[in-house]
Amino acid sequence: MATEILMPALSPTMEEGTLAKWLVKEGDEVKSGDILAEIETDKATMEFEAVDEGTVGKILIGEGTEGVKVNTPIAVLVEEGESAEDIETSSSSSASGEGSSSDASHAKIDDTDTAKPMSSQPAASIPEPEPVEDPEIPEGTEMKTQTVREALRDAMAEEMRADDTVFLMGEEVAEYQGAYKVSQGLLDEFGAKRVIDTPITEHGFTGLATGAAMGGLRPIVEFMTFNFAMQAIDQIINTAAKTRYMSGGQMSVPVVFRGANGAAARVAAQHSQDYAAWYAQVPGLHVAMPYSAADAKGLLKTAIRGDTPVVFLENELLYGHSFEVPVMDDYTVPFGKARIWQKGDDVTIVSFGIGMKYALEAAELLGKDGISAEVIDLRTLRPMDTKTVIESVKKTNRCVTVEEGWPVASIGATISSVLMQEAFDYLDAPVITCTGKDVPMPYAANLEKHALVTTEEVVEAVKTVTYK
Amino acid sequence: MAAARSPKKSNTSKEELLKFYREMLLIRRFEEKAGQLYGMGLIGGFCHLYIGQEAVVVGLEAAADERDSRVTSYRDHGHMLACGMDPKGVMAELTGREGGYSKGKGGSMHMFSTEKRFYGGHGIVGAQVPIGAGLAFADKYLETGGVNFAYFGDGAANQGQVYETYNMAQLWELPVIFVIENNQYAMGTSVQRSTKSPSLWERGAAYGIKGEEVDGMDVLAVKAAGEKAVKHCRDGKGPYILEMKTYRYRGHSMSDPAKYRTREEVQKIREEKDAIEHVRDLILQGKHASEDDLKAIDKDIKGIVSEAADFARESPEPALDELWTDIYA
Repeated sequence: MATEILMPALSPTMEEGTLAKWLVKEGDEVKSGDILAEIETDKATMEFEAVDEGTVGKILIGEGTEGVKVNTPIAVLVEEGESAEDIETSSSSSASGEGSSSDASHAKIDDTDTAKPMSSQPAASIPEPEPVEDPEIPEGTEMKTQTVREALRDAMAEEMRADDTVFLMGEEVAEYQGAYKVSQGLLDEFGAKRVIDTPITEHGFTGLATGAAMGGLRPIVEFMTFNFAMQAIDQIINTAAKTRYMSGGQMSVPVVFRGANGAAARVAAQHSQDYAAWYAQVPGLHVAMPYSAADAKGLLKTAIRGDTPVVFLENELLYGHSFEVPVMDDYTVPFGKARIWQKGDDVTIVSFGIGMKYALEAAELLGKDGISAEVIDLRTLRPMDTKTVIESVKKTNRCVTVEEGWPVASIGATISSVLMQEAFDYLDAPVITCTGKDVPMPYAANLEKHALVTTEEVVEAVKTVTYK
Repeated sequence: MAAARSPKKSNTSKEELLKFYREMLLIRRFEEKAGQLYGMGLIGGFCHLYIGQEAVVVGLEAAADERDSRVTSYRDHGHMLACGMDPKGVMAELTGREGGYSKGKGGSMHMFSTEKRFYGGHGIVGAQVPIGAGLAFADKYLETGGVNFAYFGDGAANQGQVYETYNMAQLWELPVIFVIENNQYAMGTSVQRSTKSPSLWERGAAYGIKGEEVDGMDVLAVKAAGEKAVKHCRDGKGPYILEMKTYRYRGHSMSDPAKYRTREEVQKIREEKDAIEHVRDLILQGKHASEDDLKAIDKDIKGIVSEAADFARESPEPALDELWTDIYA
């Protein structure tokens, strides 16, 4: 019986890739373990091996095809006696074939959950409304489309060019080009002195980088993910954050701790935690959690230049997502200034980081129902631009917060408390905080989806506070 | 008596012996005064005295030069005085006053001097070790020629981050000297009750780091070992470990009744191994100075310490708005 070879998912978050090169041709015999093709993801070019034995009957996706969705049939293996001519494939050979593994599981959940039709979309379909105002970008500035990953790399490269004391260290940042390819190309440009692969030793290299910052350098520490930074949190908080105060202002610790934060996809409890609220609580730290590529770039440049230790929370699902980034010699974004993505009158939706995906999706859906939402991206959590939130709530009289982290002592809880103290008389409804569920992240696809905050929850919350 | 331990006294100059005597005595008298002020309620919180261990920092500072940096744990008063920080500023920090090195906001465990390249004063056991390696990393990166002295105790020697640091320091050949001040007790737990390792410095061998054990009660031996370690680092050969066998006479902190050891044990060390008595004997035996000369030094040191104590009492408490400063750049 003929066997379809499907486009493989080569990482937890991969949804599509480029079929870079076929290493077999039609008529070739293959056995398990033979390399069939090279497939390029947004992170790397990977070799793809055969699992089954047989003859390559037909190649369905040609070399160089981009945007091949996971699970699209890319070739057919036939057994002895079969002919390629007999083959009818189950789906078309088009590169835009439907049905990645994650999409399939999402679809199942949606079917059983008809009361909530607005399921969260995969990262590739995140809406991209333009923010309504950005004083940092002069009118008429040329824009280019860039992924968050590229924007972060450019920010580091620009700052490293400008200041020899800036260097990057972390696991796999140099020769491997970054576990998530954020540091791609930096080793080539800056050399091994400034782009440093560390052993797997978070506690140690975090302390070492902190010491190097005290000694006159400007380290950027990449945590492969912030989950691993828990091994090092003593150095981040007890040393980096507190030293300026403990020294009566004598010492600076200009270090940036950056890396992926929050849930990725199907990596379960120990690799799926949002640390926004944890770090936002610590005086002496600055905490950034950008959503767009432009903010990622501008905020990271500001972080590297500053003399305050910064925790810079990125998101793996956003790395590959594209946004418009201004083409400017030196684009920086100040800390403590929220970005208004959408003006509105009926409700204020406040979020940051990947929470913005749900906030913006919800705002779009609400708009169709005639509810006008103002969407605010905090961008930095410490300092936090509560002024912009308060001003907005004075206008809308309602507020919903959105974040991926846990509900207890969350960022939303803080905003809610600030609004109660500063804008009580303006509130026409209690603030609702939409958060991740109060559970460790489960592995099962359906449970994971329910553990995360969802667009429909945001929509429901807005309808509740607007009494619609 | 004590002098018998250092037969190689001939190559140590009169000036150096007198300098050692002065510097060690300053630390001891300073610490005695700090203990007294603590008893009077003028110093609060944690206060860890260095009495007994003076030869370690004084000997190593004699091997250092102005390019070098140091970082240590919370038992840090001796290190600050030995690297030339002002006793007034240190004592005023202990009393939590405006004139202290951290304007009263750091206290006994958290003082710094960028001028003297003293980077704390750390309250978390072992956390200063990777920081020391980081300072050495910066010196190597910036090509200053500087070496870092990263001091830690026998207790910290069981912290994981110490070994993470050994690994990186050797891997990257960082100019850092790991100084294990083995005073035999991690708070109330003796070395024998916390590890089966026969010696602490030998653990460096697992990472390829050279080191040695040193009589930390003998300032001349400490200095000699320090010079060897500094040369190793400056020659670009990477880190070095010095395990200083030393002893603290006082409790772990002011509230420690020290029931984990006998009074006789402490007394025996004081009589047989005291670092200051050792140098005093060398000076007198070598006729480098008379009893009267030494008395004059004692008097001078007492004057410096009481001046520091007066300053620390008279300096005002920090202004209330200091609460909100020095958090951000």
